[in-house]
Amino acid sequence: MSRHSVSTEVNGRLYEREVDARLLLSDFLRHELGLTGTHVGCEHGVCGACTVLLDGEPVRSCLIFAVQADGRKLATVEGLASSPDELHPLQQAFRDAHGLQCGFCTAGILMTMVPFLEENPAPTETQVREALSGNLCRCTGYQHIVDAVLLAAERRA
Amino acid sequence: MKPPPFDYLAPSSLEEALDVLAEKGGEAKLLAGGQSLVPVLNFRLAQPALLVDLNRIAELDYIDVDEAGAVRIGAMTRQRALERDPRIAASAPLLAETMPLIAHPQIRNRGTIGGSLAHADPAGELPVAAVALDGEIVLRGRRGERTVAAADFFVGLMTTAMTEDEMLCELRLPATPKRTGWSFREIARRHGDYAHAGVAARMTLADDGTIARARLVYLSAGEVPLSATAATGVLDGGAPCEELFAEAASTARGEVDPSDDIHATAEFKKHLAEVLTRRALAAAWERARAAQR
Ligand SMILES: Cc1cc2nc3c(=O)[nH]c(=O)nc-3n(C[C@H](O)[C@H](O)[C@H](O)COP(=O)(O)OP(=O)(O)OC[C@H]3O[C@@H](n4cnc5c(N)ncnc54)[C@H](O)[C@@H]3O)c2cc1C
Ligand code: FES
Ligand code: FES
Repeated sequence: MSRHSVSTEVNGRLYEREVDARLLLSDFLRHELGLTGTHVGCEHGVCGACTVLLDGEPVRSCLIFAVQADGRKLATVEGLASSPDELHPLQQAFRDAHGLQCGFCTAGILMTMVPFLEENPAPTETQVREALSGNLCRCTGYQHIVDAVLLAAERRA
Repeated sequence: MKPPPFDYLAPSSLEEALDVLAEKGGEAKLLAGGQSLVPVLNFRLAQPALLVDLNRIAELDYIDVDEAGAVRIGAMTRQRALERDPRIAASAPLLAETMPLIAHPQIRNRGTIGGSLAHADPAGELPVAAVALDGEIVLRGRRGERTVAAADFFVGLMTTAMTEDEMLCELRLPATPKRTGWSFREIARRHGDYAHAGVAARMTLADDGTIARARLVYLSAGEVPLSATAATGVLDGGAPCEELFAEAASTARGEVDPSDDIHATAEFKKHLAEVLTRRALAAAWERARAAQR
């Protein structure tokens, strides 16, 4: 199995590592870089828990190899809040609207909905539900997640 | 749920990639968006010795529309790029309508048109759209280039006319004829899921308003995208109206051959195909008439 060097910027910080070709980006973030905020649910692209931003676009980190991130920029949930005592506005809205229970799905949902709100600053409820369709949550029944996203949009307006 | 070990190469040009394919052929797998291949690897349903990553080959990522409206799309063009491109919306509106039906934005940000066509999943929307649009697929290998009609490209369940040393390089779509309407309709359990049933309809009207040519292509209706030729036989030359669409739809119901799965019976899927056909034809007719004015 071939090994490769990877140099990638995650949340503005540069990391360099040697990895096996088969190492998934999700495992690279969690095990090599210690960024365990990105969760792993299904490892076949269905649950959305592992969603991160690759050059600004949300993607499944369980369906990309770490070696493919060489020279690219990544953003994970750890980079959302601007400081340890100030949440990102979407995180704050999730907290205020009870958009999470166990929190397993939350990182993936935040990383999906942050770019969604950038593109659709004033979404309808239907648009929010469609945008959430690629992320599974086993706790909330989604209603409070939808409320949280709409609350964040309202506060931005 | 971890992929088996493999060697990895990321050529930066098409020529390089074709050399590797010519040399390694059977042992190598091409990696495009990875949205179908990586799950297959994670489940260990395939154990290729070598992955050839196409993501660094910029020359395979393009959308080209000529003056007549004919479209050429490079294999590594992301599904999301097609969804957002105004030239696709203008020149291949059926394709633009198809894109949001495929999975979720996170998947479409990576998934490519070449990967979807090469994967040849009968449940996929893109193979159906390519056939409905009379597309042609350009294949290249060290032995040369050839062009295959999309209708002949899909030969069996997840099986194509491509040989081991060939690569899918481009999808070509002829310019849309005048007075043509289109519609892609499907029913899925959730937005973005693989659909129970779905149909791409196209209809071109003659000067007198009768149907010059209709096309109906179905997903998950057999091992390959299914063209319902008996149903379009009912339509061609006819005067469009709800009764004619209903007759074509019930004919199509007899042509589709879906299978039972845990979510829906074959009988139910046939019913959906019939209902969707009526709706898709009505929508296509409406758009064809609007295009006439
Ligand atoms: C959760 C989820 C939901 C999905 N839902 C849908 C859906 O509703 N509808 C749908 O149509 N699809 C769906 N997909 C599949 C998705 O559209 C894939 O992106 C697509 O099928 C494959 O494209 P890819 O670029 O990711 O190809 P890859 O996964 O990289 O490759 C797929 C296959 O094609 C081969 N290949 C790739 N490129 C070439 C080439 N240029 N020449 C020759 N061979 C090549 C590969 O070797 C591999 O065998 C879904 C995927 C996921 C994970
Ligand atoms: S872990 Fe990646 S989508 Fe489920
Ligand atoms: S909060 Fe538990 S899975 Fe979503």
